[in-house]
Amino acid sequence: MTAVPAIVARAVPGTAALSRIVALHQARDVLRKRWVITYAVVLAIAGDLLLRLAGSGPSALVSLLNVVLLLVPLIALILGSASLYGAREFTELLLAQPMPRRALYVGLYFGLTLPLMGATFCGLLLPFIVERKLDAETTPMLMVLLGVSLLLVAVFTSLAFVITVAVRDRARGLGVAILTWLTLSLLYDGVVLAVATSFRDWPIERGMLVAMALNPIDLSRTILLLRLDVAALMGYTGAVFRVAFGSTAGVVVAFAMLAAWILVPWWAGARAFERRDF
Amino acid sequence: MIRLTDVRKTFGRLPVLRGIDLQLTPGRVTAIVGPNAAGKSTLIRCVLGLTRPDSGAITLPDGRDVRLPAARAGIGYMPQTPSFPGNLTGHEVLAMLDALRPDVVPDDSLLERFEFAAQLDKPVRILSGGTRQKLSAVIAFRYRPTLLILDEPTAGLDPLAASVFKAAVMASRDAGTTVLLTTHVVAELSVLADEIVFLLDGMIRFAGPVAELLHQTRQASLDDALTTLMKSPLDAIPPSALSGAVPAPRLQVVRERHA
Repeated sequence: MTAVPAIVARAVPGTAALSRIVALHQARDVLRKRWVITYAVVLAIAGDLLLRLAGSGPSALVSLLNVVLLLVPLIALILGSASLYGAREFTELLLAQPMPRRALYVGLYFGLTLPLMGATFCGLLLPFIVERKLDAETTPMLMVLLGVSLLLVAVFTSLAFVITVAVRDRARGLGVAILTWLTLSLLYDGVVLAVATSFRDWPIERGMLVAMALNPIDLSRTILLLRLDVAALMGYTGAVFRVAFGSTAGVVVAFAMLAAWILVPWWAGARAFERRDF
Repeated sequence: MIRLTDVRKTFGRLPVLRGIDLQLTPGRVTAIVGPNAAGKSTLIRCVLGLTRPDSGAITLPDGRDVRLPAARAGIGYMPQTPSFPGNLTGHEVLAMLDALRPDVVPDDSLLERFEFAAQLDKPVRILSGGTRQKLSAVIAFRYRPTLLILDEPTAGLDPLAASVFKAAVMASRDAGTTVLLTTHVVAELSVLADEIVFLLDGMIRFAGPVAELLHQTRQASLDDALTTLMKSPLDAIPPSALSGAVPAPRLQVVRERHA
């Protein structure tokens, strides 16, 4: 009779080490995806064109921020969601490995977010290096744009994770992602403006502040415009924000709110991931 | 022995597993069979920890929950549809999974028997479906599992690779590995399965050795026996077999529960 080995628990690496292993390999896969490379190239070409057309670095940055506010959430949310749905079966295989779910979630999050941050950083920075526009006036403003862009990547990949964990069906999930992007990028300010116009005789400034905190793109726009000091381009909510907080305090509060936009969806996604049936 | 005790799972209002009591014996291949939507995949996913039962327990001999991460180190899993990050090479996929079990010396024997080591330098996205299935099989066996869970394992494998694969399963079984298998290929069942667990509507309708199934259904072939079970499962098997009153030597239904 054959000796029967018992099913025994074996030693496994710590949670942080497991997350690092997953993140490293996920990042390697994401960095080789065509759409990530294309995204970085498109950002670089847009930056270069705007630098050539605008002439000065600060003018180009004001135009570039509109590209960033549209494109970065779009890529992080929709292509991020598509990428996560595409990796679902492999995620299940990883869940069958000796690894806590939280460690896998952390690894997958950083494995997607860090390469997208890298692509965003390179795509935005490269044209300023190539065109030699990193002067004393442009560089601090560019750093703010880069910082906000990276935060936006983190915010929208967090949202992508929540959507892909919560919505099992790929087509429906991508529909939710597109609707979320459309709402936050395009529809939201219009609705806020319509409400503000309808209730212009009422003291609605506090309500407007809350309304802006509910939209990470509005928050990012406010930070950028306050730092770039281009008040004329501020939307209604941004104007209210500046009046309420003043430039520096407003930026600090907006950054804190953006951090909340990263952490709250991340936490909700992690919690759902730990409880979800696959 | 892995023990499933009164495992129940409902999706929405649909009960998928309705009180599964089962013991899996080391050194035996147990095949879970049944018609579509019988609960086979859900049962396997519960054992893997991918799906959490609403109630019941799945435990190791020492009483620990099999879904604990450390316990899963001893499980080899081959899913029905192999899927890997398309831009990683086979070597990179294996390196990633190796890193999750640093204390295990990987077993490359199946990799050598499949003779596809050269393919491992290519990105997974350009590999054929059959080659991905081979990679999936290599992963399942690579970490010297004590429990092998194989979900439709030979789908997509060419006859030669399927033959190599079956030999590997039998060698593992002979070495004492517990094997849990689902397949619709009856020829595969005939070769591999020692025990049959027949699921219908989330309940076990038969559990026991293949010979016992043939005897109970009065059929000469496994194909006919399974067909008989699917046509009229409750009438085909005497109540004594369902209640566990007839002792099965290594695997038995502890008791039948109704939702």
